[in-house]
Amino acid sequence: MKGWLRADGRKGIRNTVVVAYLVECAHFVASEIVAGFRGQDVQLIGFPGCFPNDYAARMMERLCTHPNVGAVLFVSLGCESFDKVRAANAVDASGRPVKTLVIQKSGGTRSTVQAGHDWVAGALTQIADVPRVPMAVSDLIIGTVCGGSDGTSGISGNPAAGRAFDLLVAEGAACIFEETGELIGCEDIMAARAITPELGQALRDSVQKAERYYATLGYGSFAAGNAAGGLSTIEEKSLGAYCKSGDSPISGLIKPGDIPPRGGLYLMDVVPDGEVRFGFPNISDNAEIVEMIASGAHLTLFVTGRGSVVGSAISPVIKICANPDTYRALAEDMDVNAGDIIEGLRSLEEVGREIRDLVLAVAAGGRTRSEDLGHREFILTYKSFEPIGPACLPGAA
Amino acid sequence: MIGPFLLLHPADTVLVARTNAPEGLEITLDSGPLRLARVIPMAHKIARHAIAVGDTVLKYGLPIGIATEDIAPGAHVHIHNIRSAYTATHALQDADGISAGVSR
Repeated sequence: MKGWLRADGRKGIRNTVVVAYLVECAHFVASEIVAGFRGQDVQLIGFPGCFPNDYAARMMERLCTHPNVGAVLFVSLGCESFDKVRAANAVDASGRPVKTLVIQKSGGTRSTVQAGHDWVAGALTQIADVPRVPMAVSDLIIGTVCGGSDGTSGISGNPAAGRAFDLLVAEGAACIFEETGELIGCEDIMAARAITPELGQALRDSVQKAERYYATLGYGSFAAGNAAGGLSTIEEKSLGAYCKSGDSPISGLIKPGDIPPRGGLYLMDVVPDGEVRFGFPNISDNAEIVEMIASGAHLTLFVTGRGSVVGSAISPVIKICANPDTYRALAEDMDVNAGDIIEGLRSLEEVGREIRDLVLAVAAGGRTRSEDLGHREFILTYKSFEPIGPACLPGAA
Repeated sequence: MIGPFLLLHPADTVLVARTNAPEGLEITLDSGPLRLARVIPMAHKIARHAIAVGDTVLKYGLPIGIATEDIAPGAHVHIHNIRSAYTATHALQDADGISAGVSR
């Protein structure tokens, strides 16, 4: 396994040029620039809002200095509130090629697209020289999310992902699980796995915060399709989702954009702090994946029962299908058939090992189904967070 | 394994279908043999024992909700007869696992 070495010492498993629009008004121009590079590793991300938001600024900075990213083109309309100078300075300080195009100063749509195309073509040549160095499992950060869960998710896909997490944590990787709104009902069993009592309390508090937040919104983190797939309540869904964490001790609690300081298992608290302000914590699965990536995830394990076809910008997504019927229906989109466990064809251990092996193969350059199909979903919206408390990363320097 | 149903934990009060279990299928629970009153789609649940209104329902050995009516052994256990102890469940017409998911 080899990774692209970045100036901060982190290693990437991809070497992507990111084109980032800084307000919806610049989205089309940015997407036209990316469209000129079909089949090459040039990817679109962006933030749609015109109002400033510390969370979005921090997320964008983390994403643009992610180890899988080699160069960044920012596309600004010109009058939005996003601090493009600060963002570009951060990317520049990370040693990456960076450019900002302002549409209002670039002669409009056509000339901005042309200027962007020219810059990206140059950046692709420039980053082809970034050195590749040996990479160990302990260099990897791996996230896991579940989406389109059904009653099979908690029996096959999620426990298999958890088994893979156990293997990867034992090999020194940092693994992140998340969605505290889908851990409601799991507080006690989860807190008991924390490496300190104070961290255990912080884990418990994060789930209680999620419960209050969703109660205010009037909905749990539960979609109609979850019920069609046999899940009756949020706590039933939660217990299934919780299995993704495996059995390792929990080493820390992070928030989106916090990077795990060392190997181990971490919970990501994705529910905003304070009063409900900007709506639902994560409006769809890709919002969760983006937060994993902002915390440094090189790739994400995505467990589905009902079926999903998504991938992601920046970091590959490995899709694990929990339901054997869904696997047959959507086989071209799935990387792993955990439905074999439901049908008694393979053991949890076997599928867990397959996932662990696939993580290493994808880290070594193997492509996931969603990468092959061209999926590069991305969504970033408004949120607000306080920094994590002192109990959240015990032993951190 | 009880026919096509999984017992996930010894303390559980529900069983989970590992395949689509047809209406009329005969299974034997502690209360004796019975026939399924309806199809039970994969990953849906039936009552392992009689469950009384107000009882906590257990799956994976842990609480997944509270019975909102008396539930007979072998009956479908789902949003029509259990509720969350936390937030209400949002569902559409397809929640029974059989109907189409779009309103007419």
